[in-house]
Amino acid sequence: MAGAPSTDTAIIRRRVSRSQSQRGTEEPPLIKWTLIVIALAFSLVFLLLPLVNVFAQAFAKGWQAYWNSLTEPDSWAAIRLTLIVAAIAVPLNVLFGVAAAWAIAKFEFRWKSLLTTLIDLPFSVSPVVAGLMFVLMFGLQGYFGKWLEAHEIKIIFAVPGIVLATVFVTFPFVARELIPVMQAAGSEQEQAALTLGASGWRTFWHVTLPSVKWGLIYGIILCNARAMGEFGAVSVVSGHIIRQTETMPLRVQALYEGGSAVSGAAAFAVASLLALLALITLAIKTFLEWKQARDYARAQQLAMPTPESDSDTAFLARQNLR
Amino acid sequence: MTKRNSNKRPITFTAALALSLVCSFARDINLLNVSYDPTREFYQDFNAAFSKYWKEKTGDAITIRQSHGGSGKQARAVIDGLAADVVTLALAYDIDAIAEKAKLLPPDWQRRLPSNSSPCTSTILFLVRKGNPKGIKDWDDLIKPGVAVITPNPKTSGGARWNYLAAYGYELKRAGGDEARAKEFVRKLFKNVPVLDSGARSATTTFIQRGIGDVLIAWENEAIMAIKELGQGQFDLVAPSISILAEPPVTVVDKVARKRGTEEAAKAYLEYLYSETGQDIVARHYYRPRLESVMQKYAGQFTQLKLFTIDEVFGGWQKAQKAHFNEGGVFDQISQANR
Repeated sequence: MAGAPSTDTAIIRRRVSRSQSQRGTEEPPLIKWTLIVIALAFSLVFLLLPLVNVFAQAFAKGWQAYWNSLTEPDSWAAIRLTLIVAAIAVPLNVLFGVAAAWAIAKFEFRWKSLLTTLIDLPFSVSPVVAGLMFVLMFGLQGYFGKWLEAHEIKIIFAVPGIVLATVFVTFPFVARELIPVMQAAGSEQEQAALTLGASGWRTFWHVTLPSVKWGLIYGIILCNARAMGEFGAVSVVSGHIIRQTETMPLRVQALYEGGSAVSGAAAFAVASLLALLALITLAIKTFLEWKQARDYARAQQLAMPTPESDSDTAFLARQNLR
Repeated sequence: MTKRNSNKRPITFTAALALSLVCSFARDINLLNVSYDPTREFYQDFNAAFSKYWKEKTGDAITIRQSHGGSGKQARAVIDGLAADVVTLALAYDIDAIAEKAKLLPPDWQRRLPSNSSPCTSTILFLVRKGNPKGIKDWDDLIKPGVAVITPNPKTSGGARWNYLAAYGYELKRAGGDEARAKEFVRKLFKNVPVLDSGARSATTTFIQRGIGDVLIAWENEAIMAIKELGQGQFDLVAPSISILAEPPVTVVDKVARKRGTEEAAKAYLEYLYSETGQDIVARHYYRPRLESVMQKYAGQFTQLKLFTIDEVFGGWQKAQKAHFNEGGVFDQISQANR
């Protein structure tokens, strides 16, 4: 994909002729189609069908029942809590993520590899273990339990605990998206800005941030999707208090186990919101990829006549090469 | 609006805020009731009745929050700091654990309210598919080959421990006190269990909604509810020849309630369970009420069967827990043997 723009059409032409003349290097059609059918059937049965089923079950009792089960006070409280938790956890992780990615991508220091590993830790730890970790620290029998109780600070089985657990499990998303983008962008632009007299802060806002904005947005929506959907870690620290510490995923489980046909449909109604969130996340992701590809193509077009004259577009192009 | 008016506003606002703060200190009480799995619907109704009663009696508004889950898991959460004003769990041992490990209430808590602090009782019955195709009539039908039995995991679920002890007690009585035979009996029974859910409610979901198993060993209230509300005409209730008297206990978590200043309300809340109204709601949710007059009114919905208590067969919960469910106990041994 890094090929010089002017030779692009030549490559395509060559590829077309190759596909006719060099059949021998390709898979036989039978294998090709078998693989395609297997992949399609798999995603149909295991991804699309369950998703469609969620919506079918949610609307099984009609629109009115769907609306009622979402606005019913217990579920409504769960929806609100989930939004509040995401509204706290996501900005915090954007802050941590940008700081961590910046430190890793732009500076050299001694414990860098350790920091990179630490960022990945929440990915490798089971969410349940993450939740238990917080109980061990802040629970009544935990290390800080007595002190917290004496000072009437509630963390576990209250909203702060849920936020903490969510921040923990969603921590890597923003940083992981940003590090490669920032590394690919290099630090020449910042150096140029600094030598031209911009302050560090201004450099960050006007040079660093714009160059990574799509990666950042992508990181944020992934982070948000996980923050709203997290079950394991939140379940451990929540205490499952109805209307107080029950988030949407926990509410789905409670409703599903509610047993009756009505609460079963209500479970799917709440679940459909989470499924919708997944679809929106996917849509934004696809849009971002399309936009990036378009920016890249445009940068190539601009770069074509005099590639070395416009450093801005060249930079843009390079940034998209990650 | 004139300028003068807007100048006055902060004062009015502060006054209103102060007033509302004072009011909220005196009037707005909230209680947290940490309970086990299948009591959600019961406490929803009961809480509404109690808030009405409390408002009439004291003029205070009271909100009762609920938390539900496997009994053992809920006890653990209270030990770890879930601020329950009252706990209403599936069995006494779980509340003992709170008294012992977190010292949030005195060890003799069970003597504080009438009838072993259990405002209602229940028992363990079988739910089978319509027409009882496997012909299940008593406990010994559950160990026959080819019968799939659904019961939750005794390690996490209180209801499952009652199920297990009922089966064990049945065989122990039949074998004239021969522990080895009783142990072999429960081993065979658990060999027929394809799914061990973590709580009674999940087991019901497995049996009813996922359609797994020939028989569900269930709380009586859960089984009747399943028949009446979930699967009209899809299931039959089977009462074995003998079962266990399950006494789900309730108590105030003293340390938490004292700290939150809710002692009085929490005590009244639990006492209200024993009142005529409370007992009526108990019975409407298919638990067996303690009050004779209410029991008579609802006698039709409960099957008459012989019941033994945990004290007379196992010597109480402490002993039963140690012998059967703790690390290396009988349940661990039979699980090992079944592998």
